[in-house]
Amino acid sequence: MRIGLFATCLGDTLFPEAVKSTAVLLARLGHDVVFPPGQTCCGQMHVNTGYQREPVPLVRNFAEQFGDSSIDAVVMPSGSCAGSVRHQHEIVAERYGDASLRAGVATVKAKTYELSELLVDVLGVTGVGAYFPHRVTYHPTCHSLRMLRVGDKPLRLLRAVEAIDLVELPQADACCGFGGTFAVKNAGTSTAMLQDKMRNIGTTRAAVCTAGDSSCLMHIGGGLSRIRSGTRTLHLAQILGSTRTTPHALTEAVR
Amino acid sequence: MNTFLGMPATPPRSPYGTGNLRGDRKFPKAAHDELANGQLRRNLGRATSTIRTKRLVVTGELPDWEQLRDAGSAVKTDTMNRLPELLEQLEQKVTERGGTVHWARDGVEANEIVARLIRATGSSDVIKVKSMATQEIGLNEHLESLGITPYETDLAELIVQLADDKPSHILVPAIHRNRDEIRQIFLDEIPGVDPDLDNVPAHLAAAARAYLREKFMTTRVAVSGANFGIAETGTLSVVESEGNGRMCLTLPDTLITVMGIEKVLPRYQDLEVFLQLLPRSSTGERMNPYTSLWTGVTPGDGPQDFHLVLLDNGRTAALADPIGREALNCIRCSACLNVCPVYERTGGHAYGSTYPGPIGAVLTPQLAGMDAAKDDPNSSLPYASSLCGACFDACPVKIDIPSMLVELRHQHTEQSGASAEKLAMKAAAAVMKRPKLYTAAQKAAALGRVVGGRDGTITHLPAPFDGWSDSRDTAAPPKQSFRSWLASAEGAATLRAAAEEGVLPATDAHTEDQ
Ligand code: SF4
Repeated sequence: MRIGLFATCLGDTLFPEAVKSTAVLLARLGHDVVFPPGQTCCGQMHVNTGYQREPVPLVRNFAEQFGDSSIDAVVMPSGSCAGSVRHQHEIVAERYGDASLRAGVATVKAKTYELSELLVDVLGVTGVGAYFPHRVTYHPTCHSLRMLRVGDKPLRLLRAVEAIDLVELPQADACCGFGGTFAVKNAGTSTAMLQDKMRNIGTTRAAVCTAGDSSCLMHIGGGLSRIRSGTRTLHLAQILGSTRTTPHALTEAVR
Repeated sequence: MNTFLGMPATPPRSPYGTGNLRGDRKFPKAAHDELANGQLRRNLGRATSTIRTKRLVVTGELPDWEQLRDAGSAVKTDTMNRLPELLEQLEQKVTERGGTVHWARDGVEANEIVARLIRATGSSDVIKVKSMATQEIGLNEHLESLGITPYETDLAELIVQLADDKPSHILVPAIHRNRDEIRQIFLDEIPGVDPDLDNVPAHLAAAARAYLREKFMTTRVAVSGANFGIAETGTLSVVESEGNGRMCLTLPDTLITVMGIEKVLPRYQDLEVFLQLLPRSSTGERMNPYTSLWTGVTPGDGPQDFHLVLLDNGRTAALADPIGREALNCIRCSACLNVCPVYERTGGHAYGSTYPGPIGAVLTPQLAGMDAAKDDPNSSLPYASSLCGACFDACPVKIDIPSMLVELRHQHTEQSGASAEKLAMKAAAAVMKRPKLYTAAQKAAALGRVVGGRDGTITHLPAPFDGWSDSRDTAAPPKQSFRSWLASAEGAATLRAAAEEGVLPATDAHTEDQ
């Protein structure tokens, strides 16, 4: 398959390792990874903060970059960006776009997937040849869980990883408190939510807390780093991309 | 010749400065203080997690729960689409059965109507069934200003009233109080209470019961709200747990019911859906202990003088908003409050409105507006959410609260003028729509490495990001963006090697179903 990779602005700029692992994983599975160079940002932050006029060019750019029919599917290592493309782009296009934008948005929406959806639903794989000999707990991010309904797909992928010690996270479905600009506008409430998430992560004694979204991981990882917790965060793609020949080396960095 | 008749005027919101639909400060500030209250956090955490578990058990046991939710949503949506005709039908039926219907444009009018009706009976006391509508319009405060004493008869509402407090939850108004606090309130406020009263729940309830029993037997006027009003028959319904409602609805001579106009349902049979959805979603019970239904006046049985006050107070304005009108489908079950991670930590008072939590964050701005004044506290409510979506999953009538929050945020930014945030958003979009500019900005961001400490970690950021860095470290930007790695020889070689290597078989034949 020719798979269009959307790095997301956060992944491209601040968390490139998760995107690299996504690309490597897809190449390893035998697919062509296409990276349209004009891609930038899906506009999620704008829409979620209340701005729908400003991201119109971003929505248009996304549809143009990935609309080409030679791209069979579009994947992104982010549940919330996939949610933005699938649920919010049409709201923006309906309100401030023209007929061609609405058509472009509909085309690209139909072939957009978050990583675990692409692997399990489209490519039909759960075992991806990964090897990760560490204790791991999985936090299902809200947008993956409740907007995209990825269900247990990420867990099925993790269970198939060789040598992994996967432990259940108590109160896993509770929000970590990130919420984009919520973490800045309502920093106190966001921190109170983060504390409870970190307490639950602590009880698992996992070396790694993983999730399908670098943004939530930036928030959780930032909190774990501040309290000098023994647990670090790692994107799901990085665990799936780790193999016996090129294993992921755990370090203490917040990233 | 054409005559320009003008645009239809936008229906009025609840008037500024009236009732209880606006706090005196914005959510983040109010939340900041509430978060510091450890007792509140513990009381709320315990109460909401208990009720969450109960709700999941009783909703999970019904095989047709999802169909019930769909039915509830469909009936309410149909109701809103033909609200005017249904309200007229309700008025006609109530009148036919001997009741009197009054229309109140806003809370001020409703308060005046109720006060006038009470005065006409000659009573200076009134017993009350817990009601969100009368809380919303500040009826108690209005009656007290006229020398009429309202007695709340729901246990939790009584606690709140005796403590001169405000409800913090739409179903469990005293959820922020624990039994030690309640004991103290009773000792301080109930005349003649046993000075040795302890904090055993049954003893506390008995003390309230003794106090209230006397009020039930001697007060001749009652004020109630309504959970449902049936257009087809003129039947009103109140759903409750303690039996105090049944007392108020049957013992007095005069009954005055204040009902928001969105509470109407088309058919009697619709109760079949809602009497399953409501108790299971609200208290986590299969059925609530008391469901009272009454239709007008029945000679020789119950109140002989019945008045229904239909309250607008911004509801028509909400109805005029094609997206906002969904908030009117709410049946006030409070499930969304109980699952909300924000509500669970800040409590209800931080929202400043009779309606807190997720539904409050959308309904309050709908009813009272969010830009009625400069720096309107209500404008902060749509942002009081991480958009986690737990409310949408819990709602028995499937109100898409997260989407409504995003919509209200948009309405707010459209209404408010230039702001630093708006400029920043425009600037960000301007960069991101030009890939070349964006790539240059990424390179500039990589220079941000210099602000990182020796371990590549940023521990302090300037305002407005200081709230973020107060409790979180931030990784300094990496040397290389993904796109420059991909374009590099290293990136190309890595991908080529991965393609050649392919997927290695697991050494211990790992498969999913082992
Ligand atoms: S919005 Fe839904 S969940 Fe919340 S109180 Fe109303 S009916 Fe219940």
